[in-house]
Amino acid sequence: MTGSSASFAIEIDEVWKTYSPDGAFVLRGVSLAVEARSFVALTGTSGSGKTTLLKLINRLIEPSRGTVRVDGADVAATNAVLLRRRIGYVFQGVGLFPHLTVAENIAITPTLLKWDKSAIAGRVDELLDLVQLPRTLKTRLPATLSGGQAQRVGLARALAARPRIVLMDEPFGAVDPITRDALGRDYRALHDALGLTTIMVSHDIMEAVLLADWVGVMETGELVEYGATADLLARPQHDSVRRLMQMPLEQAERVARLAGLS
Amino acid sequence: MEQLAPRLSDALSHLPDYLGAHILLSASALALGLALSLPLSLAALRWRNFAGVILGGAAVIQTIPSLALLALFYPLLLALSSATRSLTGTGFSALGFLPSLLALSLYSMLPILRNTVTGIMGVDPAVKEAALGAGMTPFQTLLRVELPLALPVIMAGIRTASVLVIGTATLSTPVGQTSLGNYIFSGLQTQNWVDVVVGCVAAALLALVVDRILAALESMARRRGERHRLAAAAIVLILCAGAVAADFRSQAGYIIGAKNFPEQYILATLIDQRLAAAGLHASMRSDLGSAVVFRALTAGDIDVYIDYTGTIWTNEMHRSDTPARDVVLDGVTGWVHDHYGARVLGPLGFENAYVLAMRRDKAREMGVSTIADLAPVAPQMTIGGDYEIFGRPEWQRLHRDYGLNFRDERQMQPLFMYKAVADGDVDVITAFSSDGRIAQYGLVTLADPKHVIPPYDAIVLLSPKRSNDRALIAALQPLIGKIGVEKMRQANLAVSRDDHQLSPAGAARVLWQNVNGGGSSE
Repeated sequence: MTGSSASFAIEIDEVWKTYSPDGAFVLRGVSLAVEARSFVALTGTSGSGKTTLLKLINRLIEPSRGTVRVDGADVAATNAVLLRRRIGYVFQGVGLFPHLTVAENIAITPTLLKWDKSAIAGRVDELLDLVQLPRTLKTRLPATLSGGQAQRVGLARALAARPRIVLMDEPFGAVDPITRDALGRDYRALHDALGLTTIMVSHDIMEAVLLADWVGVMETGELVEYGATADLLARPQHDSVRRLMQMPLEQAERVARLAGLS
Repeated sequence: MEQLAPRLSDALSHLPDYLGAHILLSASALALGLALSLPLSLAALRWRNFAGVILGGAAVIQTIPSLALLALFYPLLLALSSATRSLTGTGFSALGFLPSLLALSLYSMLPILRNTVTGIMGVDPAVKEAALGAGMTPFQTLLRVELPLALPVIMAGIRTASVLVIGTATLSTPVGQTSLGNYIFSGLQTQNWVDVVVGCVAAALLALVVDRILAALESMARRRGERHRLAAAAIVLILCAGAVAADFRSQAGYIIGAKNFPEQYILATLIDQRLAAAGLHASMRSDLGSAVVFRALTAGDIDVYIDYTGTIWTNEMHRSDTPARDVVLDGVTGWVHDHYGARVLGPLGFENAYVLAMRRDKAREMGVSTIADLAPVAPQMTIGGDYEIFGRPEWQRLHRDYGLNFRDERQMQPLFMYKAVADGDVDVITAFSSDGRIAQYGLVTLADPKHVIPPYDAIVLLSPKRSNDRALIAALQPLIGKIGVEKMRQANLAVSRDDHQLSPAGAARVLWQNVNGGGSSE
């Protein structure tokens, strides 16, 4: 999985991470290459290192050892601020700026990139349509939005500067199951339509297998298994991964049985 | 009661000067405090170890009594001023504005620092992460996200600081800064309660108004309208311009100093009236501390004031012997000239010495007419004195040479001392020989057969640069040797008595009529 081929949007090579000089490693020699336009889900229990791995890509966290390449370029040699402006980032906290309107929130990265005003205004309208929010929300403050609306604004903000890579950390975590399902499917459609490369961290294995083309399973700082979603479901190599992958199948069966009985 | 209206209009006539100076000082102190606190807060946020040091330091400053903090800056700046004068040839005025500004700025820092640090630390970490994730630099995060979100907390700190500064600025009077405190300090001394109330109410109203203005500015800033921002800027500008104009008007010309008791107000006002009569413009800095005023004169921050030979003899020359009146006068005259180039224009003709005083009936009953008579009965007695006396060398000498020891020593406002001894709350007081209340309350002063207490001749002191100012000397010469102790006592009583009380200006006019009409003293 090493070496840099132009078709890989993201390459992570033998990355180790520790927060103290002689403390435990939260990432232990992780390597991963993601092809452009693919949708990757990273799953695993809390503390397995999946969020840390994600944040290495836009340099919110720096590795202790190893390299991370985006579009073939080592991120350590890239200006972190400029790097982040071309990578979309969505996370569970959403982190909408409470003092800015919906439109100003969405416009933040284009503003930082000094787009001209009319281009930004046009882009905001376009994005609201894209994430299926009414344009009348533009002047509202985040505090007045529902959880689902806030998540969609967060998504629009991440997509505003037309990134080709989007990083998502439990992006649909804070909403009800129906909204969550709709958000997931709508995003998957956007991912396909815009030709994005998406890496999504989710502890929900059902969400991971339903949305992603590729699934990586992490345990205690190691990427124990990585493969196409179908392969991982059909032929898991590790016992722990097998148990994990059986869960959505078993759950689906149980639900079907319940439906059949009623 | 019938005096209320003229007193109020007299008090209000000073309002533009006092209020203008007060606003200018407070606004400058707040601006400097902000300019220092904001970068320090950001440094504290950046280096968390530093935060403890900064906040701890600001908290320590806050615990220093404000009056002491103000007073400490004066000698500090004076040393700095003379250092720069010797290095660069030009010094700066260490009196008044500068020490007040620095002390008040330091005072304003704690609430601003603490609120800025807690306000920014309180910003939701998810929002900060979003800012970084969206591609903001740390500085952009601070400017566009952290500061706006912490603004209400920061503004609350600034508002606390502004109220604190406006209140504390009243204490800048003793270091020579004109402020609303002038009403309070001189009002307390002359029992002019109208002045005291006007000063307090004006300071309180100013604090309230400024607090409301800051609140309005905050909400304008949050609404972020261009027009609102312009209006806010206009308000600030108008306030500052008004304050600056008021302050400049009160400066220029001769500066007359006065310590913080009625006799000093009367004599300083008399000097002011004499200069005005001679066509000279002057302004007054009253309620200066005893040590401040002498240093201010020698540094040229004030041009003229009245001091007492004994004060300079003991406090400045550190002499412990007590020779005759004219020997002390000559000694002081020569010493201030040789050391500072300052000039003793001459004695006014009376002494304001420390004397021990007690009720006439009590003294007669106990057979006490001198301090020597008092010594054997003193252990059963209580003595009242002003805030200075028990720490002064004269007091130690009274102890040593007469074996004088009281059951209790009580410090009190000179104002209340005379009444306290008349009412029998204390048995003896350390009175002032020129005080009109000695006669008013029927007190006797005790003789000092061992000459322990030095003579305290009132003298006119001129600053080094005014020591040969002919116009000034010509205007003040008629006062030299013309004010006997009886005239001074009458004038002092006129401002302190309960009936037909005069303002210091009124008493000064009467005193001048006595001096001018009466010819020689008494």
